[in-house]
Formats: sequence, C-alpha cells, structure tokens
Amino acid sequence: MKEVWLREKSLFMVASAILGFLMLVLILLPIINTVTLSVDKLGSALMNFETRDAIFASFYAAFLATLFTFVFGVPLAYVLARYNFHGKSIIDASIDLPILIPHDAAGIALLLLFGPRTIIGAGFSSIGIKFIDTLFGIVLAMVFVSSPFMIRSAEEAFKAINPDVEKVARSLGASNFKAFLHVTFPLAFRGILTGCLLTWARSISEFGAVIILASVPRTAPVYLYDVFVNQGLSAAVAVTALLIITAVAIFVIIKLVTAKPLKPIY
Amino acid sequence: MKVEAVSIHVESLSRKWENFSIHDVSLRVADGEYFIVLGPTGAGKTLLLELIAGFHKLDSGKIWINNVDVTGFPPEKRGIGFVPQEYMLFPHMTVAENVEFGLKMHNIPQAERQKMVKETLEFMGLSHMHGRHPMTLSGGEQQKTALARALVIKPKILLLDEPLSALDISTQKKMQNGLKRIHEELKITTVHVTHNQVEAFILADRLAIMNDGTTIQTGSPEQVFHKPKDDFVARFVGFENLFNGKILETQGGVAKIDIGGVMVEAVTERVGGCMIGVRPDDIIVSRQPFKSSMRNTLKGKFVDFVDMGSLVSLIVNVNSASFVALITKRSFLEMKLKKGSEVYLLFKASAVHVI
Repeated sequence: MKEVWLREKSLFMVASAILGFLMLVLILLPIINTVTLSVDKLGSALMNFETRDAIFASFYAAFLATLFTFVFGVPLAYVLARYNFHGKSIIDASIDLPILIPHDAAGIALLLLFGPRTIIGAGFSSIGIKFIDTLFGIVLAMVFVSSPFMIRSAEEAFKAINPDVEKVARSLGASNFKAFLHVTFPLAFRGILTGCLLTWARSISEFGAVIILASVPRTAPVYLYDVFVNQGLSAAVAVTALLIITAVAIFVIIKLVTAKPLKPIY
Repeated sequence: MKVEAVSIHVESLSRKWENFSIHDVSLRVADGEYFIVLGPTGAGKTLLLELIAGFHKLDSGKIWINNVDVTGFPPEKRGIGFVPQEYMLFPHMTVAENVEFGLKMHNIPQAERQKMVKETLEFMGLSHMHGRHPMTLSGGEQQKTALARALVIKPKILLLDEPLSALDISTQKKMQNGLKRIHEELKITTVHVTHNQVEAFILADRLAIMNDGTTIQTGSPEQVFHKPKDDFVARFVGFENLFNGKILETQGGVAKIDIGGVMVEAVTERVGGCMIGVRPDDIIVSRQPFKSSMRNTLKGKFVDFVDMGSLVSLIVNVNSASFVALITKRSFLEMKLKKGSEVYLLFKASAVHVI
C-alpha cells in the first residue's frame, strides 16, 4: 500500500517537474537568447545618448509616478485596510481596473479627460501643466497603469498589522497620526517598499498608455519601438537587452528587500 | 456631575457593534480598587474595556475617570494604561524602546525618559532584557514588558484585557502573583477582564459578572461566588446542581424545599417557588448514612463519573434529580463504586443557595 502511494506521488512529482520546467523555458529562453545575441553590442548601445536619454526618461518619470502613487495611494490603502463603509466593495474593485483595461485604451481614456480641449486639461494648462507630449503626460499614464501595485501592496501590509497595536499606541499618548507614523508605517514599511518597487518597475515597462499621451520625450519602451520600426530588428536587440537587464536588476532588488528578516526601522 | 473617591464611573453605557450590543452598563470602581469583569466568551467584556479606553464612540452613556467626564475624550487624553490580550508589543522596537514609547509621546525629556525606563524595567525585573526584541521573549516576559510599557506613563487607571489567558498554567500562577504585587505596591485603579473564575476570586477586590452585553451582578468575590443573583451567575461560578423547587415551610430560618419529590433543607426566609443551587464540592459522598451536623442526607444511585486527575466528578441520581459531586480520586477508589451502587449525598443547609 505504502509502495503504491509512493509510486503515485513520485509520478505526480515528475510530471509536475516536467511541466514546470517547460514553463520556465518559455519564460527564460527569450530573455537569455536576447541578452546572449546582444552581448557585443551592449557597450555601444549604452554609449548612444538617445538610448541613455530614453532609459533616464523612463527611470525619472517612473520615479515621479511612484512618488505620486505613494502620496495618494498609501492613505487610500490604509483607509481600505482599516475601515468598513458603504461603497467600499465598489472602490475596492475599481482599484484593479487599470490592470484589466488594455493600456492603449487607458491612454485614450486619459486623453479624453486630460486632453487640451477638455475642461480639466484646459484647467491644468492654465497653470502650465500640459499632458500631451510632456513629462507630465508620461507620469500621468504611468500612475494610471501602475497605481494598483502600490495600493494593493500597502493594503496587504496594513491588513497584516493587528489594529490593537495602534490602540496600544493611542493609549500611550499617541494621536491617530503619531500612532500611524511611529507604529503602523514602520511595520508596513517593507510591504510599502515592495509596492514602490513594483510601481516603479511597472511604470518603466509601460508603453501603450504612454505613447498615446506622450510620444516625446521618448521613454525606453517608446524609443525601442521607434528603433524597431525605423532601423529594424538587429538595431533593436541591444536596446531590448539593456531594458531586460534593467528589469532583472529591479527584480533582484525586490527579492532582496522582501526576503530580509524584520529589523527595527524606528 | 462629580463623584467622590470613585476612580471610574460608567453610567448607562450602550454601544451597538455589528450584531452585538453592550446595553445599559453602569459601574463604579473605587480609587485603588482591583476590579474584575468576569464573563463567558462573547459577553462583551473586551468591548466594555475598549469603550472605557475610548477606542470606540458611545451610542449613549457617560464615562468619568477621576471625576472628569472623559466621554468625548480620545484615548490619548484619558490617562489610561492598556494591556491587550495578546500584549501587542511593538515588534520593531526593543523592550526598552517599547517602554519608552509612551514617554516619547508625552514629550518627556530624554534624560528623564531614560531614568523612568530604567526604574520601570527594574521594578518589573526586566533590566537584563532591555535590548531584546519582543519576538525573542517568552509569554511571561512579553506580558511583563506590556505591563511596564503601560505603567511607565503613570496612568490614572490600568485596563487589562485577559492578561493571563495567553500564558501556560505555571506562568499564569506566577503572573497572577505578579499582578497582585504590582497592585499592592502601586495602588493603581485596575479593571481586569477575564473568563477565569479562579483568577477573579484570587485577584478581585470586587467583580462584576457580565453576559450578553450587560452586567448582571456586582459585588465582592464572596458575595458573587456564594450568593449568585440568578441561575446564569450560579452556573457560571460553579453551582452545577441547580433545581427548580417549591418552599413548603420555613421554621427558624430553615426552609423545606421540594425539588421534584426530593426534600432539601436550606437557610432562607423566602416562600413560594424558587431555584436552588449546590456546589459539587460542598457535597460529601458516602456509601452508608452517618450522623453529622449536615441537615441534608439524600439516598441516590451512582450513575457515572468523570475522571479529572486528582479529583473525580460523580453523577448521582436522587429520584429524578441528577446531582454532581466532586470527591478525591483516593475516596472514589476506596468506595469501590459500581454503576447502580447505592450512595448517600450529604450537605449542609447553608450550602444550599436559594435563588
């Protein structure tokens, strides 16, 4: 009986391993292949100022988008994690909408609201903020598509903290804000940091929504598309490899941050 | 309204909470008193404690702490020390930082803070643990740290939510003594919530029995444990033998009560229908009747038993009334009882509580 069970289990394990390996091959092979093909061209690609400008524009815009979602997304995540109110389920569901909507459609939706001929767009324009072919447009598109990552990560982090620690902090003389600042936020810090990194990474990789709002200044994905269309596949390989290496570096940082044991931050 | 020598005064407090409500709770806790709120799980004890602490708004009622109406005050303005059930130490801070936290929030200068933290850690026997993180502490050490953190700010009142329930039995006994010592030395007004009768009996100056969102009986442990107000309190404080009866006659303060064909004598002046309660540990079990000062000797049949280690709980049927009696394991073995054996139950008239 025991032998049969063992045999069944090992067959299942072997089948799982084979299927899992095929999945891994599908993920890793294109990446390894691209990087391998472009090893000798990476240096020259990096020396090209257009490539560097595009990568810098992506990093900078993604940083601003992350900052924006941090300032507005973390409070929303806290409210969702701590309070129950009418309409919460609708708000909760709507947070994930940017993930579901095709990103070029998201870009058009943003254009319809923030375009120069709309009331909101004209309002922003009057104070010098324009969204068409500007850094603001890129940041707006990035915020829209990547905000769910920040909100969800922070929400999960807040939910994992027992509200009773905040009650204790209040009993010890802390106001609501001080209890959040000194207890809740440090305890949720790693989750929020993960949210920041995911938001930043997702912003860097955004193409569809960005190109609808702002084809210039060129971000890395937009620049890559330009190179591919105008100069062909071989010219695009090195830029692709650079973007892949950047993404892998971000992934490694996320893993290192989330794998660290809890240390006092306060 | 001002109330003298009362540290906590709760008046007609009500609060609805999802499908549960606390309704019309009134309490007075004297200055320096150790007051226990005792009740089963789901009675509303924690919610009552949290309402006193100010974590939730009241639907109606008033709360005074040291004669100041704090009903509209946020928790940080009430001058309370609060120890929740799971202690809730701040995991990102050391023991010393946990204790220091409240002083920081009260803007105490650093030099004074350090002195107060040192003194409190010494008082609680935690000096050698000041640099440890909560996750490396035992349950007892965590509890001491939580108490130190609450006490260091010199609160007007101390609120303890099931402070011993997360500890193993031997640590529970040590910490029970610890709580007693802290209270005797600091004389701080304390409200302690628990479902443990023994804990309540040992620690309380006075206690309130709570069930279904309201207090049922308040008094000294002796009053509540020996003179329960109703059948719920009687059952909760250990009166397992509860029977409906009728008082037939009263002579010289001793009444004859009929409980379904069984006659029981009790000390009471009451007449008419009643309920009686007898604690299992007030009953003596014998295989032969014998003369004693006990006025009640009932002949019954041994039906079953529950082995509780050093004690045995016997179930004995006297006509239709089923009694539970508690005897030592040694007595049980010596009596060599078999199912259906004839036994005698003896208990004093004063051991019969008439409700």
